[in-house]
Amino acid sequence: MMEGFIFGLLAILTLVGALAAAVLRNLVHCALSLSVTFVGLALMYLSLGAQFVGLSQILVYIGAVAILVVFAILLTRGAGALTPHRLIAAAGWRLGWIASVAVGFVLIFALVRSPLPASGDQAAKVTVLQIGQALMGPYVLPLEVVAILLTVALIGAVIVAMPEDQKEMR
Amino acid sequence: MTLTPYLIVAALLFAIGLGIALTRRNAILVLIGIELMLNAANLNLIAFWRFGPHPELMTGMLFALFSIAVAAAEASVGLGLVIAWYRHSKTTDLDEMARMKG
Repeated sequence: MMEGFIFGLLAILTLVGALAAAVLRNLVHCALSLSVTFVGLALMYLSLGAQFVGLSQILVYIGAVAILVVFAILLTRGAGALTPHRLIAAAGWRLGWIASVAVGFVLIFALVRSPLPASGDQAAKVTVLQIGQALMGPYVLPLEVVAILLTVALIGAVIVAMPEDQKEMR
Repeated sequence: MTLTPYLIVAALLFAIGLGIALTRRNAILVLIGIELMLNAANLNLIAFWRFGPHPELMTGMLFALFSIAVAAAEASVGLGLVIAWYRHSKTTDLDEMARMKG
């Protein structure tokens, strides 16, 4: 009962944050409501027993991605005064919302109709030691690939965002 | 608690993310929508890991960890591209990014 109440609270927090990011006009407000959504998701991971993933979510999304989004908004002068409504929505925005509501309905319809496993009574206890051993054991190849990917993405982002005149100086 | 409510929340989150990506004009908000869709997928992975038959194998959880890392890389490159485009043409409006339009 208590678990269901907490789940409902977290679900409302997550979805309201996402909806606010969808409709607010000021871009900085959108970024802040996005971080509310990230907090809700992280708490949901914690309540599901995935402590390490929940804390990684806080560290990566709230600590890095949300800050990066705010920096990008401020660097591109998107945080100005209220824009008129026609300036926040793209050309075919009605069609876009119709398509996304249809996708949501199809997903939920399929979910409700499909037989899902009802297990999960046993609380799986996964320690950080087990995660580390799994990452260094059977998952070491994906870990190294992700390390290379992050390095490449870091260098690529710096090169892409570098001003043109500084690229000439190399 | 069962699996279905978590999957419904993930489906709604995915639909909202898709709506943001399809309807907003600002390129940064489109990236935000893509991040929300990735987060919905992560919630699915964690929920299936928790309620699946073999949670001790940690498959879904590690998949979600790798997915978070890939999403961080995607966000950094995407925002770098947006800033590069802004420096070039002083706008982040997607409807005005029509240089390659035929």
